[in-house]
Amino acid sequence: MSIGISIDHIGAATGGDRGGPAQPLLTVNRLVKHFDLKKSFIETLIGGGKVVRAVDGVDFRIMKGETLGVVGESGCGKSTTARLLMHLIAPSAGEIVFDGETVGSPALPLREYRRQVQMVFQDSYSSLNPRLTIQDSIAFGPQVHGVPKIESISRARDLLARVGLEPRRFAGRYPHELSGGQRQRVNIARALASKPRLVILDEAVSALDKSVEAQVLNLLMDLKDEFGLTYLFISHDLHVVRYISDRVMVMYLGKVAETGPAEAVFEQPLHPYTRALLSSMPSMDPDHRTEEAALVGDPPNPIDPPPGCRFHTRCPQAEAICARTVPSLEATDGRETACLIHEPGSGHSRADAVIYAA
Amino acid sequence: MNTNVSLTLPAPTAKVEAIERSPGFWSGVIAKLMRDPVALGACAVLFALILIAVFAHQLVPSDPYQTSMIKRLKPIGFDGFPLGTDELGRDMLSRLMLGTRLSLFMGITPVLIAFVIGSGIGILAGYAGGLINTLIMRTIDILYAFPSVLLAIALSGALGAGIGNALLSLTIVFIPQIARVAESVTTQVRGRDYVEAARASGARPFTIVRVHVLGNVLGPIFVFATSLIAVSMILASGLSFLGLGVRPPEPEWGLMLNTLRTAIYTQPWVAALPGVMIFITSISFNLLSDSLRSAMDVKS
Amino acid sequence: MNASTDSAAKEAIVSVRDLHVTFTAGKKPVEAVNGVDLQVARGETVALIGESGSGKSVTLRSLLRLHPARHTRIEGRIEVAGANVLSMGSRALADYRGRVASMIFQEPLLALDPVYTVGAQIIESIRRHENISTADARKRALELFERVRIPSPERRLDAYPHEMSGGMRQRAMIALALACRPQVLLADEPTTALDATVQIQILLLLRELQRELGLAIVFVTHDMGAAVEVADRFAVMYAGRIVEEGPTREVIRNPRHPYTLALMQARADGAMEKGARLASIPGAPPDLAHLPMGCAFAERCTFAQPACLQTRPDAVELGGDHRARCLRTDATIQFGRPRMERPAIPA
Repeated sequence: MSIGISIDHIGAATGGDRGGPAQPLLTVNRLVKHFDLKKSFIETLIGGGKVVRAVDGVDFRIMKGETLGVVGESGCGKSTTARLLMHLIAPSAGEIVFDGETVGSPALPLREYRRQVQMVFQDSYSSLNPRLTIQDSIAFGPQVHGVPKIESISRARDLLARVGLEPRRFAGRYPHELSGGQRQRVNIARALASKPRLVILDEAVSALDKSVEAQVLNLLMDLKDEFGLTYLFISHDLHVVRYISDRVMVMYLGKVAETGPAEAVFEQPLHPYTRALLSSMPSMDPDHRTEEAALVGDPPNPIDPPPGCRFHTRCPQAEAICARTVPSLEATDGRETACLIHEPGSGHSRADAVIYAA
Repeated sequence: MNTNVSLTLPAPTAKVEAIERSPGFWSGVIAKLMRDPVALGACAVLFALILIAVFAHQLVPSDPYQTSMIKRLKPIGFDGFPLGTDELGRDMLSRLMLGTRLSLFMGITPVLIAFVIGSGIGILAGYAGGLINTLIMRTIDILYAFPSVLLAIALSGALGAGIGNALLSLTIVFIPQIARVAESVTTQVRGRDYVEAARASGARPFTIVRVHVLGNVLGPIFVFATSLIAVSMILASGLSFLGLGVRPPEPEWGLMLNTLRTAIYTQPWVAALPGVMIFITSISFNLLSDSLRSAMDVKS
Repeated sequence: MNASTDSAAKEAIVSVRDLHVTFTAGKKPVEAVNGVDLQVARGETVALIGESGSGKSVTLRSLLRLHPARHTRIEGRIEVAGANVLSMGSRALADYRGRVASMIFQEPLLALDPVYTVGAQIIESIRRHENISTADARKRALELFERVRIPSPERRLDAYPHEMSGGMRQRAMIALALACRPQVLLADEPTTALDATVQIQILLLLRELQRELGLAIVFVTHDMGAAVEVADRFAVMYAGRIVEEGPTREVIRNPRHPYTLALMQARADGAMEKGARLASIPGAPPDLAHLPMGCAFAERCTFAQPACLQTRPDAVELGGDHRARCLRTDATIQFGRPRMERPAIPA
């Protein structure tokens, strides 16, 4: 029993690193989540009924200490993926491996996994219990895992100080007395309280004003270094994702379109959808405004996704083959893309003409 | 998690450091009620009624059971009987005061019991969701399908007259109503991100309900329950009126209203007095419940 | 469109002078807007930019007098197309709304009536203002749907709002707003709730409509990028006042108010390099119920001097129709153009 363990070492990974830095912290294999739409009585009788293919066979890895950014439009499955990773909903199929151990296996029971993975939600108000003081909200997680009350409270106050909220002024306050930015700092402190190794940030800065967003992004970067965290950063804001991520995953209609190092993906997008997404960003240059929209129409509904490549209905380079063949996620040079153009011998007319960016 | 499973004492500075505390939720509600003249008025009336109920035997000016064939149905202000006498010559003021006891008791007790049971059922159904929710709520719906007056009378009739049975039947009438409110509030709260966050932290369902759900649902359920007290009093009076609740000669407002109805043409003012008491009490409960509702709105 | 350089010479269709809006519902009066002057010329798009609580939406809603009269005190002068909006009676106001100026909102699902088809709502709106037959009104509605590029417009007229996708709904709401051929379009964060690929389509549509119909647009947003795409002129708001105003190019290239400058630097795409800290603005916007005596931004401003805490600065003319309410415009001049290039995207 140590006596002098300083409460400053909040980030010390108590779960312990197992596989070393080369082993991914999180590996996701063929993750699937289908939601049943509410069936009518007759549909229940004759069977069938529609399903929403929210996440439809997603594979990715998060390396230790990196930030993986996830971008995509509404209905692409990025938030469902986050909730699956948190085990807030049960996957229809697939496997999540955390530092070499399958989640839910005897080696890594769900409860222990949940301590090591935490989440920050978009809505700073509804993610704090209005009846609990700030310090009680932060201390709740550690208490669940058996940390004595006094210790959990003092840990909460240290974390408050760490996220830039003076404990003396804020610890005893209630959520409605704080501004949006302050509440989001509290949510970050709450996520860190159980000393997680992976933090999932689901649109965590999207509801904040720009000036406050910058403060919170800086804070997130500092905390990551200080506590040796790994981030899964979900956002629809491409600028923010580019700024904060080491690697980026682009999702479209429940599938991964492309993954790769952030700079490479933003400078040399391989998938036509990524390219369209990037050129939809407002230009910020009054002399070179956007003259033509990259895509027409809205993203299709994930209830009845198009066959073949999901993007072929909006893709400027789509050919007949795209409506028939589902592209697989092909890896080259540390990048992966699911597009027939980049799949040699796929039958797409441009498939062989492609030269990969180094 | 080995050597660090520490009973380490936190740095003493962190422990003794005083923090600024905001007033808690309930003290905020009370502070708001104190600024609300309607709530204060309703509270004053109810407080007075409770005092009268508690000290009824000490306060009554004359014996509420003392009958007199000579002094039957005297008007308000009759010598020695400030509120007149009833059909058996008993002092109305004394009987109304003593009646406060039974009437308040019949109004509050069934709601209180139903609040405990109904909240339990509703929160269970709301938090569990799925099949458990369907089973519980459809059963509740069957009870709910009957008009409450009819249900109370039917149950009382089946169980037989008497205070105990009247209480039981009223409780059964209110449980489904409270359970439905509890279920819908709980379903709302369950979907909030802070409950998700608690689940994600690995907390067990019981802990989540205790820490995160109860505090947020009991308030609204309580407001609804206070509004039922008035209904309960009126139903209880109704049962007594039909001879299914309190039995004579015990004074209870509903029963008094019943026995005095024959005197409605000879002494209408005296005959109306128990009704006036029921009216004042139930409207006070309703006003208090309204004020409570607006005081509990955090965002205002 | 170069309406900005000589907008003073051009006829202003919207003219707001010294607008003050105070909400009196709460315990303390909240001064949401205090002292806004704004001119919008015919055919010009002005972006009102600011963060939550800056008063941008309140200003916009005042132009249609949408605030509940009981709890709002509006002072100043608002003239739209020559009519004094603040002195209108209820009949005149009903005529004015939709016909002279109309509004589109952030969330069309809340602004459209869920129990009527979109077509029925447009027809109803036309027939409320004009005495024409239902068939003619429907023909006009169909034209509008084609105008805002809704695919298979005939079928979509008979759709209910919830049956449409987000971008389609926003187009339908624009069609509804244009139903009675207004001269002024007020847009309250119309693209904020949309996906990136849809947002740019709507921005381009607004630009096109403005050019072809000669609309004056007041575009409220918190997103500078979206504003650059549509606006001829920028007006940056902070704590209920316009702190900087000028042609888009000038404000973007040469921001002179410290708040605008800081906002540009706080953008994640403005960061010089990855991993570098973002220049954030310390603190939080002031409480509108207790506004400071001096410049409302002084407390968070890196250029602030003691004088800034004493006086509310007046607008300083910076040339080229560019002005800022700041005592320190001399200090901000050296901060040239923040880096704002779009990454080159190979076709």
